[in-house]
Amino acid sequence: MPVRRILLLVVAGMASAIVALLLAHGGGGVPLWITTLVAWMLLWGANHHWSAVPDRMRTGFARAAGFGIPVLFGLTLVFLWEVICVGLRVPTVLLPPPSLIGARIAGSLPTLGADFVQTVIRAVIPGWIMGSLAGFLIALACDRFGFLRRGLMPIGNFISALPIIGIAPILVMWFGFDWPSKAAVVVVMTFFPMLVNTVAGLAAAGPLERDLMHSYGASWLRTLLALRLPAAMPFLFNALKINATLAMIGAIVAEFFGTPIVGMGFRISTEVGRMALDMVWATIAIAAVAGSSFYAILVLVERRVTFWHPSNRQK
Amino acid sequence: MTERIGTASRVILRGGEGAFVPVVTLTALILVVWYLACPPMNAVLPQLANVQGLGERYLVAWGLERPVLPAPHQVIVELYNSTLGTRLFRQTAEGMVLNPRNLLFHAWVTLSATLVGFAIGALLGIGLAIAIVHSRVLQKSLMPWIIASQTIPILAIAPIIIVALGSIGLTGLIPKSIISAYLSFFPITIGMVKGFSSADSMQLDLMRTYNASRSVTFTKLRWPAALPFLFASLKVSISISLVGAIVGELPTGAQAGLGARLLSGSYYGQTVQIWSALFMAAILAALLLALVSLAERLTLKAMGARR
Repeated sequence: MPVRRILLLVVAGMASAIVALLLAHGGGGVPLWITTLVAWMLLWGANHHWSAVPDRMRTGFARAAGFGIPVLFGLTLVFLWEVICVGLRVPTVLLPPPSLIGARIAGSLPTLGADFVQTVIRAVIPGWIMGSLAGFLIALACDRFGFLRRGLMPIGNFISALPIIGIAPILVMWFGFDWPSKAAVVVVMTFFPMLVNTVAGLAAAGPLERDLMHSYGASWLRTLLALRLPAAMPFLFNALKINATLAMIGAIVAEFFGTPIVGMGFRISTEVGRMALDMVWATIAIAAVAGSSFYAILVLVERRVTFWHPSNRQK
Repeated sequence: MTERIGTASRVILRGGEGAFVPVVTLTALILVVWYLACPPMNAVLPQLANVQGLGERYLVAWGLERPVLPAPHQVIVELYNSTLGTRLFRQTAEGMVLNPRNLLFHAWVTLSATLVGFAIGALLGIGLAIAIVHSRVLQKSLMPWIIASQTIPILAIAPIIIVALGSIGLTGLIPKSIISAYLSFFPITIGMVKGFSSADSMQLDLMRTYNASRSVTFTKLRWPAALPFLFASLKVSISISLVGAIVGELPTGAQAGLGARLLSGSYYGQTVQIWSALFMAAILAALLLALVSLAERLTLKAMGARR
């Protein structure tokens, strides 16, 4: 019975991990490393057996594997990080343990919250919406006018390969230190991926379906709305997901070039200067959670919208 | 007859079927808009405050020393002056060294970090992909985290890597390369996992009937099948590793590199310097991309692909 074995391994692994954590904070020594090794092997064994459960098994346990295995793996990594940092007394400048980062987050919620609002709510999300929308509209224009498409696509493809982030100092100079300049950087960074992906997506509808629309005498707009936009949705969501990460990067890096005294990029660059590395890691943790949630929300919406796509169908 | 004229004019309007005419037209259009935008963009500057005539305004706006928006030719002139117009080497106590006043020096600093980072990233990416393809546990547990690692704004970690490695005595090239490796391994891992699994199942069965070992199957079948994927991912990742190297130069207030030029340009309001560093970065990106494409063409040709 694999389920019981896996559960047993997980519970035993967790228990020995807790013992190891207590030992690490109590002083360390040989027992610590033996317990750590045991915990690691138990958790790894659990993952090993869990991965071996065939996908065909229609139990809830097999279905939870896609979620449970990486979570268990991640927890193991955090556990090892904590034990190694505390047990070996790694200097916190090099790498602070997760517990210290957690304490710092809990201790400076107002500051981190203000940074979050400044960077994510004011710069990332408006910039992401404007950039993606502009890319989408220009892509529609490209689709309508072949000349524009043939002229703009090579340029767009080339610009996508450039280090666009370099325009950050220029835009900071143009739009000032506050959030508009960051939003502008995000707009420029998100524009081209959306343009390139939408144009590719609009070409994705099959020739048979297009012929059908043609034989119905459907207009360009009608064909677009009824056939080609739905067919382009996977490409659009691909661009939106790429843009979500680019937008976070763009806003944070743009803040390295000058900000008012709030914002995630500002926090990172000043606290690094003061060697307050736990605060930097706390900001990065917030940024990571924000970025991943942004991405996860998009994935959920994508599953709803492109339910017909083979990658989303129930097997 | 009208039909034919219609077609002809349409062909002319479309500029034939190639991309050359549209690209040139649009590039020219961008340049024209750029030149026209100079006076309004620079209108806040005192030099333009008392200039009345329209033509005069343009002439002044195109020749400002620290413009808000420089004219394209100013950038080109600055690019020329700071590369070919400046001595490349300088005599110091330790002998001849590259001259830091020359933009090519900064381009080289960034390029070397990019190349080292790209090499590390490519090796790491391919290694991870090999491990993932051969181990179900890794595929199930590591793969989601590799994807998740990209949803966090990695460049935010750049300052930490610089400081952390600096505290154990590593400065200069290596921290920047690590940042660019961290950025560039991802597309390669994803592409190669796909590539290694792209071998035809009939051919995999054939390897089984030959009783081929895993390593032989890998070198004779999976690796060649993955090569097209490899080059597609290399193209993506070489441009991101350039971004990584440039951003890696920001937090330290580095003295050398294109990122440092961007930063010092923005500190001292030297807009033309920023633009020329940007153009240099674009040239580097184009060169690196062309290099990978060349390698791709040569490899696929040697493998007998018809192109």
